Amino acid sequence: MDAFWIILTGALVALNGALLGSFLLLRRMSLVGDAISHAVLPGIVVAYLFTASLTSPFLLLGAALTGLAATWIIETLNQKAKLQHDAAIGLTFTLLFAIGVILVASYTGQIDLDMDCVLYGEIAYVPLDTITLASGLDLGPKQVWTLGSLFIGLLGLLLVGYRGLSLTTFDAGYAAALGINTSFWHYALMAAVSLSTVAAFESVGAILVVAFLVGPAATAFLLTRDLKWMLVIASLAGILSAITGYYLALWLDGSISGAMAVMTGVIFAVAFVWQMWRGR
Amino acid sequence: MIQHVDNPIIEVHDLTVSYDKKPVLWNVDFTIPGGALVGIIGPNGAGKSTLIKAIMGLLPLSSGYAHLFGEKLDNVRKRISYVPQRESVDWDFPASVMDIALMGRYGQRGLFKRITAEDRSIARQALEQVHMLEFANRQIGQLSGGQQQRVFLARALAQQADLYFMDEPFAGVDAATEGAIIELLKELKAQGKTILVVHHDLQSAAEYFDWILLLNTRLVASGPTAETLTPTLLQETYGGKLSLLAQVGEIASSKGVNIRE
Amino acid sequence: MDALTHFLSLSDANVRYVVIGCVLLGISSGLMGVYTLLRKRALLGDAIAHAVLPGICLAFMLSGVRNTWVLFAGAIITGSLSVYLVDLISRRSRLKPDAAIALVLSVFFGAGVLLLTMIQSSGNAAQSGLDKFLFGKAAAMLPEDLWLFGAVLLGVMVVLFFGYKEFKLLAFDKGYAQSQGLPVKALEMALSTLTVLTVATGIQAVGVVLMSALLIAPAAASRYWTHRLSGMLILSAVMASIGAYIGAFISYTKPGMPTGPWIVVVLSVLTGISMLVAPNQGLLARYWQRRKHRDKILQENILKAFYHLGERNGSQALAFDIKLLKQQREMPEIRLKSGLRSLVKEGSLLDTQFGYQLTRTGLEAATRVVRLHRMWELYLSRHLNIAPDHVHEDAEGIEHLITPELERELELLLDRPGSDPHDSQIPYTKKDRN
Repeated sequence: MDAFWIILTGALVALNGALLGSFLLLRRMSLVGDAISHAVLPGIVVAYLFTASLTSPFLLLGAALTGLAATWIIETLNQKAKLQHDAAIGLTFTLLFAIGVILVASYTGQIDLDMDCVLYGEIAYVPLDTITLASGLDLGPKQVWTLGSLFIGLLGLLLVGYRGLSLTTFDAGYAAALGINTSFWHYALMAAVSLSTVAAFESVGAILVVAFLVGPAATAFLLTRDLKWMLVIASLAGILSAITGYYLALWLDGSISGAMAVMTGVIFAVAFVWQMWRGR
Repeated sequence: MIQHVDNPIIEVHDLTVSYDKKPVLWNVDFTIPGGALVGIIGPNGAGKSTLIKAIMGLLPLSSGYAHLFGEKLDNVRKRISYVPQRESVDWDFPASVMDIALMGRYGQRGLFKRITAEDRSIARQALEQVHMLEFANRQIGQLSGGQQQRVFLARALAQQADLYFMDEPFAGVDAATEGAIIELLKELKAQGKTILVVHHDLQSAAEYFDWILLLNTRLVASGPTAETLTPTLLQETYGGKLSLLAQVGEIASSKGVNIRE
Repeated sequence: MDALTHFLSLSDANVRYVVIGCVLLGISSGLMGVYTLLRKRALLGDAIAHAVLPGICLAFMLSGVRNTWVLFAGAIITGSLSVYLVDLISRRSRLKPDAAIALVLSVFFGAGVLLLTMIQSSGNAAQSGLDKFLFGKAAAMLPEDLWLFGAVLLGVMVVLFFGYKEFKLLAFDKGYAQSQGLPVKALEMALSTLTVLTVATGIQAVGVVLMSALLIAPAAASRYWTHRLSGMLILSAVMASIGAYIGAFISYTKPGMPTGPWIVVVLSVLTGISMLVAPNQGLLARYWQRRKHRDKILQENILKAFYHLGERNGSQALAFDIKLLKQQREMPEIRLKSGLRSLVKEGSLLDTQFGYQLTRTGLEAATRVVRLHRMWELYLSRHLNIAPDHVHEDAEGIEHLITPELERELELLLDRPGSDPHDSQIPYTKKDRN
């Protein structure tokens, strides 16, 4: 049963990552996604200082604001301080992540977070933290519920905002000419990325969040030229990475998050070789 | 030679636009009559694209305003269509020709209402007009430059607008596409629509357009083709007579001051 | 305080290693950072940094020893592989370079973490202490590390010195370098290799996760101070060393604390300071310049108001009070008063009992502004075909920007005109006539 819950947790993180990552990739913002997933750490640590865990949705939202703040800082550095974009990304996320790590190291013992957990989470412990009703009914791990509701929310966002997101992604100038508020869609996407990063952080840590934001989307981008199919294939590639990654970690006796990240790479490699071979 | 008209479709008043405090368009002031096929002509970096982007509200204005159909842009957006430069987007985006043509309906329909069968038939009709209907299911990454341009035109046509802004629709397209596009523009004009086209081939300009804007940071001329495409005015547009203007712009940008401060 | 003096005195051999080590790797990173920044490869450095982790782990697993040189070799191999893969993916597929970087970064790092946890679960963790590569631990530097850092720095300096001109051209204008027949491929390869070497040493202090900051921050900070490559290289190297050194000191006083985050914080502070206070390009300098220009506009507008009032009353030797000035030109009273005060102080106005009056220098300055205004109006209408009723607004802004050189050019072009498009006289002072 533990295996099921762990894989399900991984798969939910993968699904959220695949859906959002596809739009990030098409907007050439994969590295901004990477930056956000690091930059939320100080927000998470501060949230932890208030409670033992990210149980309250307010704290979840509060921590997610750090991610939005990071995108805002990147843009400000770029526009106001005339710093080139890649350097702005690099400076912002390293500083915020560094502050987060310092906080973790300073409050060791007071919070249930350590440096390893920051990087690769504690997905193996996910099944231990369950929701139990007063009647004694065990509803399964808390994380699964959090990530699951987030996934439902994301699906809703995509259903409603598919046209807005795809149009502003493909041709922001044309969208603006139609009178569409492009920065609304930009920040909506960034907010969703921040939120899902924060939600996933506790269980899988920073690396797997990034891996799931990039790998499955990149794989799907190579395999299809249709946006809807891209979202579907990315989701499948993500789920496959989660399943195979779990067993790889079991076999090698190593970090489950690390192994899942490796599998996103392996699946991408297969797609990459296939498209090169087909291209001849 | 700036000829003003009564009851203009477009009225641009003292428009100044700066990039990073450096003026790219300087005090541009003109009016365009309805039903005209207008060519915006000028050398590279003259601010041709900037002009239509500024009119479409895509860039902040340092000064001045643009009125369309005698109204502010926001009141008449549904009557206006914009064709950006082909290179401004990534054609690797996963979408089909039909997907792009349907985007032309997003403005009329709103982002959240359903796309109806009527929208689809309008999009199909627009593709038919640019001879791209047979490629409706083709992925846009697999199109030639000329075909991509036609898809962009189809998207604009699907908007069923009265006023069209086109940014270099003839850039990098084959002769057949160029011919097809100009036929289409003349057809639109015959229907009483107004079209502004950024263009930089002087040879064809005289033949394509009935109204010309000559632009080089400032507006050199605006008027009927025969009166604007004269050697003197062209010399003024393409000859480097703007050193003073350029130098002042340079100083404004290095001091970080808005020239209209 | 004791800790600080102890640390600074270098009396402890371990402290000496740490200081020397930090300075050595700081210089290498500072130098290479400038090139990665200028070539817009800042985040490729991030990918390399993450990618060295699996190399280190593999080298340890295969050799079974924690030898500086062996681990270094492993780091170079996977670091270089990551550069190759980013290039391969962006060349041979539709993926853009940024996505390729993010992909390689996360997968290699995932592999590194997987290997690291495998080593830990094999019970070898205590001896290996490979954790320190995650967030850096400068205090753990050994003498042989210093030899390695020294060797890398020497290599970096030799290559950069002998290829200075070539790399400069490559960094600022790759296309031109190519057209000049430079071996661009080989030069780029050399820079990538040096970057990999530098990253593989820098992680000792900063760790793989935050290593990119040691490349980006000092280089970005130095760019605010100078545009000269040589200046940037020196400044960047100095700042990187200072950052590494202070970070090492902080972690020396707090044993549980990794070095990397503190180095990043120190470097970020240095960068932030540079952004604010650097001359010319700093935010404060730019703000100051704008303010000065605003004051200049205010003063010139007041002088102009005096001139117009004088013109209307037939004499420039009259005094006018604030009320009249405000009627002539609408402006906020506080601004007007402060402008008048500074004009009196610099000797352009006299504060008399009847009001304010232009002095000789004040009249000259006022005449100049009015002249520039009217000449610009004439230029716009005569040379740019702008209708006379549309030229005033523009001249209002431009009159404050025209330099004496431009003024001469304008006068020459207009052939020392007598009146503007509104038939107002263009005034000249006596001095101008000579």
